[in-house]
Amino acid sequence: MDPAILRELRKICGADGVLFKPQDLLLYEYDGSPEIGQPEYIVFPQNTGQVVAIVAVANHTKTPLVGRGAGTGLSGGALARRGGIVTVFSRMNRILEVDVENQRATVQPGVVNADLSAAVVHLGLHFAPDPSSQNACTIGGNISENSGGPHTLAYGVTVNHVLSMQFVLATGELVRVGSLAPDPPGYDLAGLFVGSEGTLGLLTETTVKLTRLPEETKTLLAIFDRVEDATEAVAELTARAITPAACEMLDGWSLRAIEAYVHAGYPIDAAAVLLIDVDGLCEAAEAQAAAVGEVCSAHNAREVRVAHDTRERDLLWKGRKNAFAAVGRISPSYYVQDGVIPRTKLPATLRRIEEIGKKYGFEIGNIFHAGDGNLHPLIPFNARDKGEYQRAVAASDEIIEFCVSVGGTITGEHGVGMEKDRLMPLMFNEAELGLMRRVRDAFNPVGLLNPGKIIPASGCGEIRSGPAPEATVT
Amino acid sequence: MNASAASAVSRLEGLIGAAGLINDPAQLPGYAIAGLTPAAAVRPDTAEEVAEVLRFAGVENLAIVPCGARTKLGMGSPPHRYDIALDLSGLNRVTAYDPADLTVGLEPGVTLASLARTLGQHGQFLPLGAPFTSRATVGGTVVSGVDGPLRQGYGTARDFLLGMEFVTGDGVAVKSGGRVVKNVAGFDLHKPLIGSLGTLAVVTEINFRTFPAPQAMRGFLVRFATADGAAALRHAIARSFLRPLTLEILSAGACDLFNGAAASRIEPNALPSGLLSPSGAFAGWILATSFAGDEAVLARCERDLRQLADSSGSTTFDVFGAGPDRSVLAAVFGRLREFVPIALESSPATTVVKLSASPAHLEHALCSVKHSAEEHSLPWACIARGIGVVYAALLPPERNDHALHRVAAATKRMAADVAALGGHCVIPWCPAGRSELSIWGSSGNVGLMQKLKTVFDPHAILSPGRFVGGI
Repeated sequence: MDPAILRELRKICGADGVLFKPQDLLLYEYDGSPEIGQPEYIVFPQNTGQVVAIVAVANHTKTPLVGRGAGTGLSGGALARRGGIVTVFSRMNRILEVDVENQRATVQPGVVNADLSAAVVHLGLHFAPDPSSQNACTIGGNISENSGGPHTLAYGVTVNHVLSMQFVLATGELVRVGSLAPDPPGYDLAGLFVGSEGTLGLLTETTVKLTRLPEETKTLLAIFDRVEDATEAVAELTARAITPAACEMLDGWSLRAIEAYVHAGYPIDAAAVLLIDVDGLCEAAEAQAAAVGEVCSAHNAREVRVAHDTRERDLLWKGRKNAFAAVGRISPSYYVQDGVIPRTKLPATLRRIEEIGKKYGFEIGNIFHAGDGNLHPLIPFNARDKGEYQRAVAASDEIIEFCVSVGGTITGEHGVGMEKDRLMPLMFNEAELGLMRRVRDAFNPVGLLNPGKIIPASGCGEIRSGPAPEATVT
Repeated sequence: MNASAASAVSRLEGLIGAAGLINDPAQLPGYAIAGLTPAAAVRPDTAEEVAEVLRFAGVENLAIVPCGARTKLGMGSPPHRYDIALDLSGLNRVTAYDPADLTVGLEPGVTLASLARTLGQHGQFLPLGAPFTSRATVGGTVVSGVDGPLRQGYGTARDFLLGMEFVTGDGVAVKSGGRVVKNVAGFDLHKPLIGSLGTLAVVTEINFRTFPAPQAMRGFLVRFATADGAAALRHAIARSFLRPLTLEILSAGACDLFNGAAASRIEPNALPSGLLSPSGAFAGWILATSFAGDEAVLARCERDLRQLADSSGSTTFDVFGAGPDRSVLAAVFGRLREFVPIALESSPATTVVKLSASPAHLEHALCSVKHSAEEHSLPWACIARGIGVVYAALLPPERNDHALHRVAAATKRMAADVAALGGHCVIPWCPAGRSELSIWGSSGNVGLMQKLKTVFDPHAILSPGRFVGGI
């Protein structure tokens, strides 16, 4: 900690806008992942001007700078891997404008995802990306990570819902990428910046699309006694051109964990369930629900329940959205993966995950976005046992390697951050990583913004962090 | 051709063989852009050959313009220099298609038509719905950034393109993204390539998600006396629960184009009489929209749409494509999709202006088109996508300085009007020798774009000068 930097930051954000004492910093050492990064200063800007000034301080003192929303990220994106300043956007949380005619909203980055949808629900609109952490996570974090969620199956991920963004670049320059009107001439900088995990600029304002709520949503819970039946039902839904708004799978282990916590009405004796939303006009939702029910029954679903009302529907979804929290009650420490596979590889991948679990001595839970092949295997482990943590990481790596080997990817929606940069070479060769590095350096030339993320260090010069110490897992 | 380019061409032949080199003076004019003819065209068969050509061009400082079926070479500014055409029509394989995964991987030279046949065998399609469909390649369609009527329901290539392989200007073959429907591993370096007009890299493979083809569709044509009325219906649909597949607003002039000789050459399916008939005394606007679904859904859409149309002041309401005869749908959608090619063939000096504005401002953009054209006594036609993009065709009956001056003045007014709405105005197609026209309009962020260009194409050999800000 440098008292001169502290003085400058307090000048910008006020005495109550800066944290620097070790006990205060502790809270910002972690996020939703098992990673850790130790910051030296935490600042809470209240407007874009203050963010510009913070970047200037970082610039002339060569201090690393990391943006942070609610800290719910699952890959260490918002952690200060190289120390320095963490800029927390929780005080920049105003909805600046809702433009009903154009179905869009201009917001500060600290607006909580669910708060935006709640603010426009009376207009029949919502912000479609719905990560499970949506009650806490922020729009800025969603944009940095290009977040998904169950309903991205039909509605697309965050990048499909962002019109325009204002960024402070590493140079301190304030730029606007994207546009309110369609097709701004030039390269799609917005497409590049969304999902760049805070390495290209600090987001200070954005205009996002709002999506009309459907006339009707039907939620179905299909209950299976065999996991294979559930995965085959998913494959047939895809093959029969039935496109639900969401199609989630939870295995028996997860169901029992969730039911004990949320009491969502999940069957605790089942091998797996599919939680499926179909939506649209009443007539369309009706027909789709019937078709989904037919496919599930043909694949030996022992029961297909249809939620009768909003309360029942919300309860079913509450179970899914609180799945990770429910697992946390059973095992305070768990490793959650985010691999994606081609949808036809679902049955083979689940078999492989089970084998890997046996090999390393874990019972691996499976909760995932079945409709788009995005898996979230959960590996519970004992954090006090360092060997067990390392085994969990090894098992998890083996799952990811399998995903890549069948044509998939290492992360579908959680981001690379500092958790998976070491896995990037599974996907990309040195030429590809080199191009990414040069693009990053073109916008972030001295590595001021979120250093040590996404792209593994090339050669020497950068320090790699080891596995997280036990104390980080809570 | 200068001497060094000539010597370079002969060495290029050594590099990729005589079969891949086109230097026959009779063929080269087919690669010309705005009067610039390249010294040679190279037609590689593999990504490795593309990389070799680019490495060679980098060393020799040869300017390369990648192309496919050459239907859109006229888009953008003319290149500052142009030595070699890189013809990608030989990279025309579908490399991976697993219908059950709803994903496809293909080389850029695959034509839209052949891909449609491949996917159609499995009841699937790729919703690019782009113009020049009978000849255009998938790569050219993506890299030129053109859109189509299906944009309303499916978005643009950016929304369903999963990854790409490409060769950067320094001859390095790389990939970005993947072939799964969700992926956040690393930067999305392929996104800036969409619409980059070949100025960043040469695409060698593209992965898409595919979609089940709609089983049954129905279209509606609703006439209005004013642009405001048509726009009011567009706004009412946006506020409703209806989810149209396509939604466009056409001027009466577009109906005339759709009944002309060019239209029947480009879209052979004939329009049934009475549908989109020549405007005659009618000077109004038509909202054309379509929906997909089973009979119950389509009946509901029709019922709701009729109600909304009535309260927006419509004058007539026509339904098409309800019967088993799919050729009616093809006749109408084909024309809507091919508006630009039809317009280009309908005047000796067609200029197509693309305006974009927030959807709630659509009527103002339409009025600007009408007034700008009429103020300068230019025949015109326009088609507007409901999401806020307007294609305005200015159709002077002859090509001379006087006509081109009037075109320039009309485009200037449109640009000023749309800028006041916070929108954009570019001129994707215009006659050669058009220095008075502001092709790319005013665009911010040229500095940032230049940074990206320098990383991707360090020797500045890819389509130099075709893009925004002289990039």
